[in-house]
Amino acid sequence: MAYLSERPLDLGSLVARVSAPERGAVACFLGTVRNHHQGRAVISLDYSAYVPMAEAECTRIVGEAEARWPARVALEHRLGSLRVGDAAVAVAAAASHRDAAFAACRFVIEETKRRVPIWKREHFADGTVEWVDPTGTHPAERSVDVAADEWGV
Amino acid sequence: MSVSAPPNVTVRVLLFASYAEALGREALSLTLAAPATVQAVLARLRALPGGERLPAQPLCAVNLAHSRPDTPLAEGDEVAVLPPMAGG
Repeated sequence: MAYLSERPLDLGSLVARVSAPERGAVACFLGTVRNHHQGRAVISLDYSAYVPMAEAECTRIVGEAEARWPARVALEHRLGSLRVGDAAVAVAAAASHRDAAFAACRFVIEETKRRVPIWKREHFADGTVEWVDPTGTHPAERSVDVAADEWGV
Repeated sequence: MSVSAPPNVTVRVLLFASYAEALGREALSLTLAAPATVQAVLARLRALPGGERLPAQPLCAVNLAHSRPDTPLAEGDEVAVLPPMAGG
């Protein structure tokens, strides 16, 4: 698996993968498991995925970002059981200058959340377990331009 | 001799997360009358026990890419029914 990982994420290795002497700007995003959801205390999360499609969709997203901005992007999403504070998703985008690095990083994390078939089940402090349903976001087909506009990049 | 399309299309259907729980399975084979679409798969799933718990228009993918309700299906296609995504 290139984009999905059963092991703890290492943002440093993503940064190393995209870094180069001509790329003086590296923007990173790290999403971690938060200890609450809609006012309820969360203990842990289980991430699962439709692995072959998730890999294909991540490949498409990174390709779209690298075609739109002069940037190199690395992306990894964690699968399995995670505790509060664990890194769930990591993005590193490197470019000559910061505008492209920030834009590519923002685009990749937002499109990943929207399009990649990954699901999470939250274990709450009160003992209940529920699938998370962010709802509302329907990945209807749209152009990279429209997606980039939506994220303001 | 005329060559006609086969009258049926058999596809592999994958269910995930809350939808797999609702229907009590993660995969099944469905044989549909040709020409078949994603919508036809959903109609068949709704007729199964637990199928009434699927939303009106769930996200679907055909052969690893997001699809539409009217996306046509061919023999051997893999149709996935995807609950709201929750990555990140």
